[in-house]
Amino acid sequence: MKPSGDTSKKDPSWKDVCSADDLQPNSGVCVLVEGQQVAIFFLVKENAVYAIHNYDPIGRANVLSRGVIGDIKGEPVVASPLYKQHFNLKTGVCIEDGQITVLVYPIRIYNGRVEIQVTVQEVIEAPAHEEANV
Amino acid sequence: MTTKQSLVVIGNGMVGQHFLASLAASPVKDSYHITTFCEEPRAAYDRVHLSAFFSGKTAADLALADEDFFAANGITLHLGDKADHIDRSSKTVTSAKGVTIAYDTLVLATGSYPFVPPVPGHDRPNCLVYRTIEDLEAIANAAKSSKVGVVVGGGLLGLEAAKALTDLGLETHVVEFAPRLMAVQLDESGGAMLRCKVEALGLQVHTGKNTTLITDGKQCVNKMCFADGEELETDIVLFSAGIRPRDDIARACSLEVGQRGGIVIDNQCKTSDPDIYAIGECALWNGMIYGLVAPGYSMARTVVANLAGEAANFTGADMSTKLKLMGVDVASIGDAHAKSQGALVYTYQNGASEVYKRLVVSQDKKQLLGAVLVGEVSGYGTLLQYCLNGIELPENPDALILPPRSDESVGLGPDALPLSAQICSCYDVTKGDVCQAIAAGCTSIGELKAETKASTGCGGCAPLLKSVMDCELVKHGIEVNTDICEHFPYTRQDLYNLVVVEQIKTFDDLLETHGKGKGCDICKPAIGSILASYWNEYVLAKEHLGLQDTNDTFLANMQKDGTYSVVPRITGGEISPDMLIALGQVGKKYKLYTKITGGQRVDLFGARVDQLPHIWKELIAAGFESGHAYGKSLRTVKSCVGSSWCRYGIDDSVGLAIELENRYKGLRSPHKLKFAVSGCTRECAEAQSKDIGVIATESGWNMYVCGNGGMKPRHADLFATSLDKETLIKYIDRLLIFYVRTANRLQRTSVWMENMEGGLDYLKSVVIDDKLGLCEQLEQQMEHVINTYQCEWKTTIEDENKLKRFRHFINSDQPDDNVVFVEERGQIRPADEEERKHFKMMEVA
Repeated sequence: MKPSGDTSKKDPSWKDVCSADDLQPNSGVCVLVEGQQVAIFFLVKENAVYAIHNYDPIGRANVLSRGVIGDIKGEPVVASPLYKQHFNLKTGVCIEDGQITVLVYPIRIYNGRVEIQVTVQEVIEAPAHEEANV
Repeated sequence: MTTKQSLVVIGNGMVGQHFLASLAASPVKDSYHITTFCEEPRAAYDRVHLSAFFSGKTAADLALADEDFFAANGITLHLGDKADHIDRSSKTVTSAKGVTIAYDTLVLATGSYPFVPPVPGHDRPNCLVYRTIEDLEAIANAAKSSKVGVVVGGGLLGLEAAKALTDLGLETHVVEFAPRLMAVQLDESGGAMLRCKVEALGLQVHTGKNTTLITDGKQCVNKMCFADGEELETDIVLFSAGIRPRDDIARACSLEVGQRGGIVIDNQCKTSDPDIYAIGECALWNGMIYGLVAPGYSMARTVVANLAGEAANFTGADMSTKLKLMGVDVASIGDAHAKSQGALVYTYQNGASEVYKRLVVSQDKKQLLGAVLVGEVSGYGTLLQYCLNGIELPENPDALILPPRSDESVGLGPDALPLSAQICSCYDVTKGDVCQAIAAGCTSIGELKAETKASTGCGGCAPLLKSVMDCELVKHGIEVNTDICEHFPYTRQDLYNLVVVEQIKTFDDLLETHGKGKGCDICKPAIGSILASYWNEYVLAKEHLGLQDTNDTFLANMQKDGTYSVVPRITGGEISPDMLIALGQVGKKYKLYTKITGGQRVDLFGARVDQLPHIWKELIAAGFESGHAYGKSLRTVKSCVGSSWCRYGIDDSVGLAIELENRYKGLRSPHKLKFAVSGCTRECAEAQSKDIGVIATESGWNMYVCGNGGMKPRHADLFATSLDKETLIKYIDRLLIFYVRTANRLQRTSVWMENMEGGLDYLKSVVIDDKLGLCEQLEQQMEHVINTYQCEWKTTIEDENKLKRFRHFINSDQPDDNVVFVEERGQIRPADEEERKHFKMMEVA
């Protein structure tokens, strides 16, 4: 997702989560939004931000924001800090096991603030997330 | 009732043991009840490396079989019981202790005994031989009250024995009857060059000396008188004038023996009694006694194959040898003396660098018949293959011994070798075996060693093995891609060199100039580590932060539930009661699970990321600093209590451990590093299972390297002995930085060395002899790392900006609700899945 300027009207589905200054360059942070843990990654050179759920469905812990980011064949990924599986930051699909995915959230930078949409939550059926969403 | 037959082996030396090991590995072992007699008080040990006993190795180090080998394979071992006689009519063996065992098949592996010339006085006090560990103990004992030692015999074993006497600190002489050293293997000029070299090392050589009498000395215990009227005073006389086969038990039961001794065997190693085999140095094949271990091993395998019903023959063995005598490289191949008819000789002699080479070729200059190499033996592998496989020589054979000119290669490509070419003579591994292993998927030296055992004996064939492997891999179209990942077409060593040569300070610069893409979780931490090793900047600095694995990012060790454990440094495992109390108070306050680690420190588990800075503020206030348990860096220097308290302690192991730990703490390396220091050879600190191990001896510190516990245990190698502290530290400095520079990513020192061409000897030549001229640089770099050390936790808690990162949520103070602990044995642990569900139901209710 490219950070976008002020092109849309104030849309209530975009939730303000933190300041753009709170992001860690070329690394991740975790925010709490609507009771959900969301990992946000900031790639400086590409000036891109990505948001996925913070829960590692393989390691079963809320740790993805603390993984090392990079790319595999051009696709942006984060490596789980627990067992090192990679998750595509755009799609949430696990590179090592295509059956496993994590939630991906629309994200934008709006007036120096980081905003996330969390409304997609109930349409995604991801058994691995049940516990995290309790 | 069992239908098993009885197989008895007399003698548990190196060959007897090799026979048992080969048998145990063969299905035919199930057809036999196996019994072996061993007259010595311990089971088989490595006699080839016997002199290592004087440079720190113990009898246990030299043992050839695991303790449970005999039990595990159902072999009855009669230790310390000599087989006394054989009754061939009743087919029984009776021992000195009176045990009688019936046999269906009997294997004689009685070995040899040292020949002591019948000189008057040869049985005087301190007149000893060099064969068994008991002999060595007697020598060490005699050396305590001696100043001078003489070895009678200037052959292979004699020089080996002379090294032992030198190691014991004696003024050492070698007395040889022949006009030169190593008369069997070397020609006159080669012998002279060897003499020149060993004399430079302090050995005094007397050739052409016929000892006529040993009698009372004036200054020493003994005096040797020679036929030419000269005399030599000495405390110890060590006979090493050749071996004689031990065939007495065979003679007594009328087996055929040779005129000059040795039990006569045929190509199947059968004696004149078809139920009795003889192998090793007691056996006489085709009029030859083989005094080397490899032919004995070959005989042992022949017998096992015959027992298994395979057609196998022993058809003689190559007596070529390559070895290091007192630090001098010597090799001899085939017909070294040019005795073959029409043989032509090429000689190369370089007086300045003390190198001598001689090539013996057939009349038509097409075949290599023999060679002698002194001082420089790198061509041994190639020459041996020419000789053994009858490979046609190049047009100018002398190119094989002349120093290489710039643009020509004279080495024999591995492609030229037939599949039957023997690569490893210790374990009889052919090129065909190696190719097969590669076809089955081996792609590294380490894997090949494990699969084929090649190069796991004397290790002499390692360079040849490597070249065969490289050549085969290319042929299989296996391009060995050594790139670290898709973002950098370089190995870790390449990247390290780029950082050094171009003075690159950040990942982004390196990616910009030499890589592509964004990087990944392989190259980022690896380069983060390289930058930290070389520049030693703060790992959480803005430009380095994104390179670090989570453990380095949060300076703690992530556990399965996403919480962290905290390990403060406790140098050498020494901690005062007050510090221990402070640690306990922190653990109690934050309700952490507390456990003692294997590295003699305390691990505090269950800390949430937001708690880490608070915990460390308190720890630092109490005087602790980071233990780097989270980093690929020095972990601990374990120590025993040493001479300060221990009744047996020889030196201050705790003091040295603390000094070493403080010196190397914070050094980022390709993988973690563990050290230990033991205060005496009882080795309570288990130093021989560490990357760097140090053991105190009466004469200084012994240094061990590249050991490992863990997944693939590796006994450390003795690297240097009797060091003072300054030299020890110098060697460790150099070795560690050399490791940092040349190892692969996440490669422990053990694997690093296993895969290094030239192995331990090469490492010694780099670190001790400064073969690469690098030592000054290596020391300087270590000095830089030491001078720029900082406690990363201290730096971090003083920087408000850095502390912002230590929260689970950037926008909330709530903790992670997925972290749930339950209590067990009075402490916390992460809840398992069942407990978690239960906990959540309670919460909802």
